Amino acid sequence: MSDRQDVHPGVSREVLAQKFRAFIDPEYVISDDETLKPYECDGLSVYSEMPMLVVLPETVEQAQQVLRICHEERVPVVARGAGTGLCAGAMPHREGVVLSMAKFNRILEINPVARAARVQPGVRNLAISEAAGKYGLYYGPDPSSQIACTIGGNVAENSGGVHCLKYGLTVHNLLSVDLLTVEGERITLGSEGLDSCGMDLLALMTGSEGLLGIVTEVRVKLLPKPEVAQVVMAGFDSVQTAGDAVGAIIAEGIIPGGLEMMDSHAIVAAEAFAKAGYPTEAKALLLCEVDGTEEEVHEHIDAVESLFKRLGATSVRTSHNEEERARLWQGRKSAFPAVGRISPDYYCMDGTIPRGQLAHVLTEMERMSEACGLRVANVFHAGDGNLHPLILFDANVPGELEKTEDFGGRILELCVAVGGCITGEHGVGVEKIRQMPAQFNDLDIAQFHRIKAAFDPAGTLNPGKGIPTLRQCQEYRSLEMSIEPNSGAENQLHREGGHE
Amino acid sequence: MSDKQVQLVDQVLAARERRQPVRIVGGDTKAFMGRSTDSALPVLDLSGHTGILTYHPVELVLTARAGTTLAELDAALSEHNQMLSFEPPRFGKNSTLGGTLACHLSGPGRPWWGSVRDQVLGVRLINGQGEALRFGGQVMKNVAGYDVSRLQAGAMGTLGVMTEISLKVLPRPASTRTLVFDCEMDEAVSIMNRRSVEAKPLSAACWLDNKLYLRLSGAHSAVDATLSHWGGSELMDAEHFWHRLRDHQLDFFCTSLPLWRFSVNPTARMPGLSGQWLVDWGGAQRWYLGNAELSEMERIAVEAGGQVSLFRGGDRSAEVMHTPPQAVKALQQRLKHAFDPDGLFNPGRLYSWM
Ligand SMILES: Cc1cc2nc3c(=O)[nH]c(=O)nc-3n(C[C@H](O)[C@H](O)[C@H](O)COP(=O)(O)OP(=O)(O)OC[C@H]3O[C@@H](n4cnc5c(N)ncnc54)[C@H](O)[C@@H]3O)c2cc1C
Repeated sequence: MSDRQDVHPGVSREVLAQKFRAFIDPEYVISDDETLKPYECDGLSVYSEMPMLVVLPETVEQAQQVLRICHEERVPVVARGAGTGLCAGAMPHREGVVLSMAKFNRILEINPVARAARVQPGVRNLAISEAAGKYGLYYGPDPSSQIACTIGGNVAENSGGVHCLKYGLTVHNLLSVDLLTVEGERITLGSEGLDSCGMDLLALMTGSEGLLGIVTEVRVKLLPKPEVAQVVMAGFDSVQTAGDAVGAIIAEGIIPGGLEMMDSHAIVAAEAFAKAGYPTEAKALLLCEVDGTEEEVHEHIDAVESLFKRLGATSVRTSHNEEERARLWQGRKSAFPAVGRISPDYYCMDGTIPRGQLAHVLTEMERMSEACGLRVANVFHAGDGNLHPLILFDANVPGELEKTEDFGGRILELCVAVGGCITGEHGVGVEKIRQMPAQFNDLDIAQFHRIKAAFDPAGTLNPGKGIPTLRQCQEYRSLEMSIEPNSGAENQLHREGGHE
Repeated sequence: MSDKQVQLVDQVLAARERRQPVRIVGGDTKAFMGRSTDSALPVLDLSGHTGILTYHPVELVLTARAGTTLAELDAALSEHNQMLSFEPPRFGKNSTLGGTLACHLSGPGRPWWGSVRDQVLGVRLINGQGEALRFGGQVMKNVAGYDVSRLQAGAMGTLGVMTEISLKVLPRPASTRTLVFDCEMDEAVSIMNRRSVEAKPLSAACWLDNKLYLRLSGAHSAVDATLSHWGGSELMDAEHFWHRLRDHQLDFFCTSLPLWRFSVNPTARMPGLSGQWLVDWGGAQRWYLGNAELSEMERIAVEAGGQVSLFRGGDRSAEVMHTPPQAVKALQQRLKHAFDPDGLFNPGRLYSWM
């Protein structure tokens, strides 16, 4: 059961396209290579595959019919939102259909009193906050890709953003989702209330990467916009001190709206790009945003400023109006394109670690970076321990991509070794399937397969993603043993260290 | 602090060999919840599996064995001025962490501070094949693999024996004060919703006996300013009131009448039935005391955008949870089979058919 990841449908492209065109606008059933091309990958373009077909249904009934036919013919189905995913989760299956949810782009209802919005899955994350804005409300999770990514993709990845330490991830901001099962059956998980009876299927569905069902409607919570937000920027002459400062803020009982850290490589790149006024000589930079009522923000900003100074920050600056706040954030927000400017290519990783391990992890990463000759810049959701190392490389140099992937894999294993995990918000997809056995043993993984089979026994929803086959696990383990006989013992050591 | 992991695995393996279902019991303070089950079933006792394994106040993360009492957690957290933000009810002094998650119980702050399921980061669990598994982690963000940890919320132990739980914890607010207003239920519900739209430090909103209670928590300056802005009179000894609401110690709950829990749209208008209402969670949770049929209550709940369960009392040999649609029922049955193929854990506790 668990090793069946390859699905071979017995139906040809043309026959299937014909079937779909019977009930979907023929223009929205794409079968020619040229028009299929843009769908070959998501935001992680190093992985790509041409699909057999792309369909863009316009109604739930059409999507339902697509699923029924695919189920009957055992054709793989890969759901797609905006394709901004960073783990190749939306990468097509060569013998499958890409089910694009792009036409489901309507906000169906905003209830400002109940603080909820009912939206179709193809609605962009930011569009929800824009529509709710006139009521003084917004949608909490704010991935950096929020102008483009869809709420359906957010549900599938359980996406986060810079404000999730205080306002939670996608899973904390959902009331219900409507979905289609692999058989094309419509179900609703959750309700207009906060909690439902029975096992929490809504939570299970969130972050399931399109492997358990297709999201067709989402009811999200809306939050009142804070009265004020102010950000304090502080430079530090060591990563350790900056890390300690993060701990000290929490110890003070303050939960910042956003708490971001950048290392010296990221600071220099961001400053060159955005001219935000960052101290380029600093070894680490913190951006601490406090939001809430005027009184509260005032009280907490004072506390944060004096705490940073007391802990030896080399520079401290606080925004006093919206313009200054936007400028201070500008550097952080453009960190990815900024890094893109100093290197032909970069590869964004996404591990989570206990915050106390930060200095150790960055030192180790620097060591690995020197050993393999690839530079790495770090941006870090410091509040919740989510690291985004950006590995700089040149895809035109033969072998450099492979070297980069290997380095990235080592970083994720390091995250697990210190008590963290291989992905905080981008998901596993195709990309991190190799490292799954570092975090889970074969029994855990077998249980994942049994969960998958409960929803999708034939394994046609997004095959080859998210959960490795047991054979892949064995290969991973035997490879690890043959390369690094000591790594197991070292991992054990760190794991214990990480729990102290 | 004691580790019963090995014995627990052995007990599950033995139960499996004999095809002998078991009742999973922690502090035994929630026996009244769920359906009544065969009391002759052997008990799988978690109350001896206790202890806080790791607690890093600056990481806001705590890991404890499932049989650890809430009292023990409270004591450890308050030393660092932190708390279980989901305000779990203590239905007895032995209430455990495992039982709280299995029953998905959260207190008055739930709409603002999240539920127990919201704060769960990872679990260790023994499945029906006696395999000790580990899901999630001890870090705040983890999207590797399916979210098996949160799936346990509300499953009432039907999917496995949780042995260890990692949670996000939060600092205690610096200041907490409560306002009381005289008003009728419908008016109270609209005030609660109106106040919830304001960006003020509201942390609980409840109505009973023609009184509306609004709790404010946060920085001193913010709480004080909002308090004077919103008016009303201040409730003295407010912490006691919220605890008694949380733990069902208020007079309202001290009755033998069936207690129904509605989880609904916070703005919903509930029909005037002959029994009594208590509104909590800013309108999103309504308690109703009175004799009624589950099917009738379900109709009312659906109209109000939510679900209902018979929380305490009444006929507990019949169904007590909102009836899921056929497709959702089938999914739950298949998931049950995926975790517990021999049906060993808490048979019939959640639904008669599981
Ligand atoms: C510049 C940049 C910055 C980013 N920043 C962040 C960040 O800060 N935080 C963060 O969490 N992520 C971030 N991401 C990653 C990405 O934006 C998120 O994962 C996002 O949720 C993907 O949404 P999408 O609509 O593009 O989904 P896609 O990429 O199209 O799909 C993602 C996955 O969801 C599935 N899927 C999509 N729609 C559905 C549906 N309706 N039903 C079922 N499954 C579905 C797909 O099969 C796939 O597995 C970033 C990406 C980029 C390019």
